[in-house]
Amino acid sequence: MSQPTLVMFAVFVAMALVITYWASARSTSSRGFYTAHREISGVQNGWAIAGDYMSATSFLGITGLIAFYGFDGFMYAIGWLVAYLTVLFLLAEPLRNTGRYTVADVIAFRLRGRGVRAVAAVTTLIITLFYMVAQMVGAGSLINLLIQRINETYAIVGVGLLMLIYVLFGGMLATTWVQIIKAALLLGASILLSVLVFAHYHFSLMAFLNAATTAPTGAGRTANLLEPGLFFTGPHGALDLISVGLALVIGTAGLPHILMRFFTVPTAKSARISVGWAMGLIGVFYLLITVMGLGAGTIVGQHDIGKHLRDTQAIRYIIHNPDTATQMNGELAKNGYIVPVKNSNLSAPLLADAVGGPLLVAFVAAVAFATILAVVSGLTIAAASAFAHDIWYSLIRGGAGTEREHIFVARTAALLVGFGSIFISVGLRTVNVAFLVGLAFAVAASTNAPALILSLSWRRFSRTGAICGMLTGLISSLALMGISPDVMGEHALFPLRNPGIVSIPLGFIAAILGTLLARDPESEAMFNQLQVRATTGLGAEV
Amino acid sequence: MQHHHLTASEWDELANDPDFVALLRARRRFVVPSTIFFLLFYLALPILIGFAPAFMNQHIYGPLTLAYAFGLAQFVMAWLLLGIYMHAAKKFDDSAERLVLRTQARLAR
Repeated sequence: MSQPTLVMFAVFVAMALVITYWASARSTSSRGFYTAHREISGVQNGWAIAGDYMSATSFLGITGLIAFYGFDGFMYAIGWLVAYLTVLFLLAEPLRNTGRYTVADVIAFRLRGRGVRAVAAVTTLIITLFYMVAQMVGAGSLINLLIQRINETYAIVGVGLLMLIYVLFGGMLATTWVQIIKAALLLGASILLSVLVFAHYHFSLMAFLNAATTAPTGAGRTANLLEPGLFFTGPHGALDLISVGLALVIGTAGLPHILMRFFTVPTAKSARISVGWAMGLIGVFYLLITVMGLGAGTIVGQHDIGKHLRDTQAIRYIIHNPDTATQMNGELAKNGYIVPVKNSNLSAPLLADAVGGPLLVAFVAAVAFATILAVVSGLTIAAASAFAHDIWYSLIRGGAGTEREHIFVARTAALLVGFGSIFISVGLRTVNVAFLVGLAFAVAASTNAPALILSLSWRRFSRTGAICGMLTGLISSLALMGISPDVMGEHALFPLRNPGIVSIPLGFIAAILGTLLARDPESEAMFNQLQVRATTGLGAEV
Repeated sequence: MQHHHLTASEWDELANDPDFVALLRARRRFVVPSTIFFLLFYLALPILIGFAPAFMNQHIYGPLTLAYAFGLAQFVMAWLLLGIYMHAAKKFDDSAERLVLRTQARLAR
C-alpha cells in the first residue's frame, strides 16, 4: 500500500514546489514574507484558516477518539468550532485593524515598551513550538506506521526539510495556497469516506446510529458511542471534561498561527468574511469527522484498529504478554514491530481500507501527510515572525535596520525554528501527541487570549497587568501539566489531564489584579486611539 | 490611506464623536450578550454531561441521546450566530465607513 501513497504525496509536494517557485518572487520583502502583501481575499483566507485548523490532530486524532470513545471525542470537534465565535466577535476585525505582523503587535499596540512585547513573543514561541512538535511527532509515527521502511526519525527530518523549503522561499503566499489546496483535498477525502460509510449502511441514518450504539470493542463486548463518559472517566472525569472544553473554546483565540492569518487580508471586512468561510468549512469537516469516526468504530471496530504486525513471533509474544509488550512498546518499535496497543490514529486510514480499498487508503494517507506539511509551515511562519519581528527587530534593534536585514533575519529565524523543531521532535518522537496539542491550547488560552481580549476591551488594562497575566498563565499551565496524570501517572499531584479550568481563570485574574495594582496612564491614554482604529480601520496597516 | 499623522487629541476627538460612540455602543450591544450566550450555551454541554449524566443519556430519537443532540445543536447555534453577526456587521461597516470618509474629508481640507 505504500507505493500509491508515495506517488500521490509526491504529486502534492511537486504542486507545493511549483507554488513556491511562483510565490518566491513575491516574498522578497518582510511584508510579503509575513503577510503575502495583505492581498489574500476573505474567501481564500477562510479556506486557509480551515486548512490550518483541520490538522492531522483533527483528521487522524479526532476520528480516532470518536471511533474509540464516541461522544467524548465529538466534544473536541464541538469546542473547536464554537471557539471561532470567540475569534469572530472579539478578535478578527480588531486584529486586522491594529496589527502589523504578529500577535504581540496587537497586545503591545498601547502597552508600549519592551516587557509586554518580550513576554508575548515568548508565549507565542512556546505555543507554536508545542503545536509544531505535536504535528511533526504525529507525522513521524504516521509515516512509520504506513510505510514501515521509513522510521520516525527520517520521516520527521523529511517533513521538516520539505516544509522549510517552501516557507523559506515562498513565505506566507506559498503557505496560504498550499493550505487552500490541502483544505480542499482533505474535505474531498472526508466527503468521500463519509459517503462510503453511509453507503455501507445503505444510506439509512437509523441503521448507522443503531450500529453506533453497539460498536464492537473486542472480546465480544460492545460500547455505545452515542453516550458520553467513555474517555473522561474516573472521579474527576466531569471536571476534566469541563477543563478541556474551556481550553478549546478560549485557546483558539490565542493561537498565533491562526490569528496571524488575519494580517494577510486587505480589510477588517475580509477578516470577518474569512471567519465566516472558515466556520462553515470547519463545521462541515467536523460533522464528516463524526461520521468517519463512528464509521471506523463500527465498520472496522476498535479491536482491529492498530493491530498490524509483521512478525508472527512478535504477535505470539505480545498476545501472551500484553502488559510487558505495552511497556516495551518503544523497544519493540525500534526493532520494527508494531505493537498492537490500539492506535486510534490509524482509524481514518483503516476505515478507508474497509470501505474503499488500498487506493483510497493511499489517498487518505497522502492527504494526511499533506496536512501535516501544510500546518507545520504555517506554524513556522508564526514562530519565525515572533522571533524576527518581535524579538530581533522590535526589541534588539529597536525598530531600526534595513529591509534586507529584516527579511534575512526572518528567513534565518524560520530556518532555526525549523531545525529546532525537527531536533525536538526527533527527541520526543514517542510522546503522546494529543498531550502536546492539549498543552498548546491550554497555554494559548491562559496567556495570549486573556492579554489580547483585555487589551482590546478594558481601558484601564496596564502593562503590569499584561505581564502578570501572561506569566501567571504560562507558568501555571506548564506546571500543572508537569504534575498531571499524563506526566506523573497514577500518583499525579494534580488530578486533571488538562489544566485549563485552573490556569485560564488564573491568567485572567492575575491580569486583572496586576492592573489594579498600579495605574498606567500612558497605556490608558492610548485606549481611545486603539478603540477608534480597531472599530473603524482608520490608520490600519496596508 | 495612512493616518499616522492624526494627533493624540484628534484620536480622542474621534473617540468622543457621537457617531463613533453610537457605533461602539451598537457593536457592544450585539457582541457582549452574544458572547455570554454562546459561552453559557457551550459550557452547559460539558457541565450537564459531567454532573447530570443520566439526564443527558436519555434517548430522544431512536438511539440518539440528548447529549449527542445537544452536541449537534452547538453546530446549529454557531452557524446561526455567525449568520446573525454577518448580517448585523453590515450596518456597523456602513457607520464605520461614514466616519472614515468624514475624517478623510476633514483631513484633506
